[in-house]
Amino acid sequence: MFASLSERLQTAFAVVRRETRLTPEAVETALREIRLALLEADVNFKVVKAFIDRVRDRAVNRAVLESLTPAQQVVAIVRDELRTLLGDGPAGLTASRQRPQVVLLLGLQGAGKTTTTVKLARWLTGQGRHPLVVSTDMRRPAAIEQLNALAHEAGIRVHDPARDTAVVARAEGAVELARSMGFDVVLIDTAGRLHIDDDLMGELEALKTAVQPSDLLYVADAMTGQDAIKSAGEFNRRLGISGVVLTKMDGDARGGAALSVASVVGVPISFVGDGERLDDLQPFHPDRLVSRMLGMGDVLSLVEKAEQVVSREDATRLERKIRGNDFTLQDMRDQLETVKRMGPLDRLAELIPGMGQMASRMSGEVDPHALVRTMAIIDSMTRRERVRYQVIDGSRRRRIARGSGTTVQDVNRLVKQFVEMRRMLKTVGAASRSRKKKGRRRRGIPTRPGMPVA
Amino acid sequence: MSFLERLRAGLRRTTDQLVGRFDRLDAGGATRVTVGQATATVSIDTLDSLEEILIEADIGVSAAMRLIEAVRDQTDDADLRSVVKRELRRLLEAATPAPVRGGRPRVVLVVGVNGTGKTTTVGRLARLLTLSGERPVICAADTFRAAAVEQLEVWATRVGADFVRARPGTDPAAVVFDAISAGKARGRDVVLVDTAGRLHTRTNLMSELDKIRRVAARAVDGAPHETLLVLDATVGQNGLAQARAFLESVGVTGIVLTKLDGTAKGGIAVAITAELGVPIRYVGVGEQLDDLVPFSAAEYVEALFEPAW
Repeated sequence: MFASLSERLQTAFAVVRRETRLTPEAVETALREIRLALLEADVNFKVVKAFIDRVRDRAVNRAVLESLTPAQQVVAIVRDELRTLLGDGPAGLTASRQRPQVVLLLGLQGAGKTTTTVKLARWLTGQGRHPLVVSTDMRRPAAIEQLNALAHEAGIRVHDPARDTAVVARAEGAVELARSMGFDVVLIDTAGRLHIDDDLMGELEALKTAVQPSDLLYVADAMTGQDAIKSAGEFNRRLGISGVVLTKMDGDARGGAALSVASVVGVPISFVGDGERLDDLQPFHPDRLVSRMLGMGDVLSLVEKAEQVVSREDATRLERKIRGNDFTLQDMRDQLETVKRMGPLDRLAELIPGMGQMASRMSGEVDPHALVRTMAIIDSMTRRERVRYQVIDGSRRRRIARGSGTTVQDVNRLVKQFVEMRRMLKTVGAASRSRKKKGRRRRGIPTRPGMPVA
Repeated sequence: MSFLERLRAGLRRTTDQLVGRFDRLDAGGATRVTVGQATATVSIDTLDSLEEILIEADIGVSAAMRLIEAVRDQTDDADLRSVVKRELRRLLEAATPAPVRGGRPRVVLVVGVNGTGKTTTVGRLARLLTLSGERPVICAADTFRAAAVEQLEVWATRVGADFVRARPGTDPAAVVFDAISAGKARGRDVVLVDTAGRLHTRTNLMSELDKIRRVAARAVDGAPHETLLVLDATVGQNGLAQARAFLESVGVTGIVLTKLDGTAKGGIAVAITAELGVPIRYVGVGEQLDDLVPFSAAEYVEALFEPAW
């Protein structure tokens, strides 16, 4: 996500980087490029205009132009302004003092409210909370069935009394049920509506008055164009939005709507939905997005992704193995499994500093089946072969190739890769052993307590 | 009521709201709003303001630039507005739907990304067809989204059309085949296929569409006779990427622009027509069953320059 916007912005910066002495004209050329990049990413026309004016004001001044590193200064100004635009605030959903905490999900038709409701409930469960969901969408045919089915799949409790067909009564019933049953969050899914539909906006106002939600999340489609500020602005004016969830971020939308909405509503984006699975909802970090937009990578997200799939025990066990130089093919397979669980490789590459532009090129080229094929080859080995690769002779290689539906060449390549990997790990292991003896930590790598060596 | 009148009605809703009046006449089942205020025009005297209008309508920077280039030399007669309108109309009318050939029943695939209004569109298309004397079969091939089949079934009942459903998780291509067989056996005219929403970047889901297309082609000569891409009017520049991807994998023959009754103008459809030659066929202009109407370039271009819309 945001890959192409980041690519365009970097083209713009290349213009200023080429100049050893920065002239106002060069800044203007860069600004034109930035303007184009933002407009093509669907950032609202007026937002772009204000943004460019602010950057120009700050960039075209003697202190910047005559500094030793004018290009970096301009990049820094753009980064600053992007951060201001995206706003700052806690990512995700913070617990309120309210018991139960009431959360209202609002938005236009087709933004993804129902799916987001269940994804959010799932996320809250992961945070140790006990959510209850309720649909108040009496308009779209089968909307309630959709929420029920999704919630059932996710193992989330739904409040769906057949007798209540009034929006407010359903919501109030859910809050009451939550109170008596000990659920600490109630997520209220609402019907999609146009921001100019007075009747339906009035219905939301009544709902808000009745259940007094602590959070009103506006669900917006990441592919939205210029209209984003009008609809979000109107929802905000009438109801007061406390956070934004940006959905369908797994497509190739450049996500300018994120900037538009955040700037017009003045509240941060809380979550992004980036996939069809019910776990595909991530808390949003504007800072990280900005670095990613500017091609600076996002190491923190990478570390978090790793933490999600690797337990501390696994990490320690692996570390011990590497130190003791007994890394086996079985371990390699486990590692591949872990990488696979972290998500598509091209999306991971985006998070690595300097790899942003490469990632967009990779998406077409990296063979997603390569990982699966490699795992299949290892799966076709006997236990003995996995532990002692030396026993894998020609005849065994033929058998493994047959078993995994690959060729002997594929098996050869894998064994060779493995041997090389082992040699590399041996050096790492030796280095870490000697470090341990000296009892000194290597500096420069930001390690966090409990961070796995994945 | 014409398409523009309906749009104006939607627009008036906003205007009236501001003034605090809300006169409603209920005629013929559809909700209509009284007409009664002059439409002020947005100033497009300069090329700069024209650029702003076009970009804010989601036409996109490059299409906007091309339009401006096209009218730049003709602006000496001061009437920039009519020159632009003429140019836009010419562009939109240049793309015409290809004539439908092949066997019966006619198969119409409805495709698009998630949440654009495919299911609703299928229900309304069935209604339009019924009104013009054709008998449609509705095929629910969205076997992925929870309760999608139930949603469509409600529409089918309202319209009074035949309904062929899939069990959740089954192969959508098989359901399409069943629906076509049912259509043949009952002598129906059209099979309307509602497909699951899919992001155009998901290659495996896109090839699933291709499979549906192949299965349909085997079942009826020339099928699918039409493939309609449903676009949400609020979509931005990504709409072009969507159109390209769907065109490539299933061959889109027309666009349905939904949710035009909001404040979004769906200008990206203009860029799609300009760039890919795919015509806009229908527009969704309201929440009622009858609120899907055939597209008219003349009216759309008028509406594009309506204020505050």
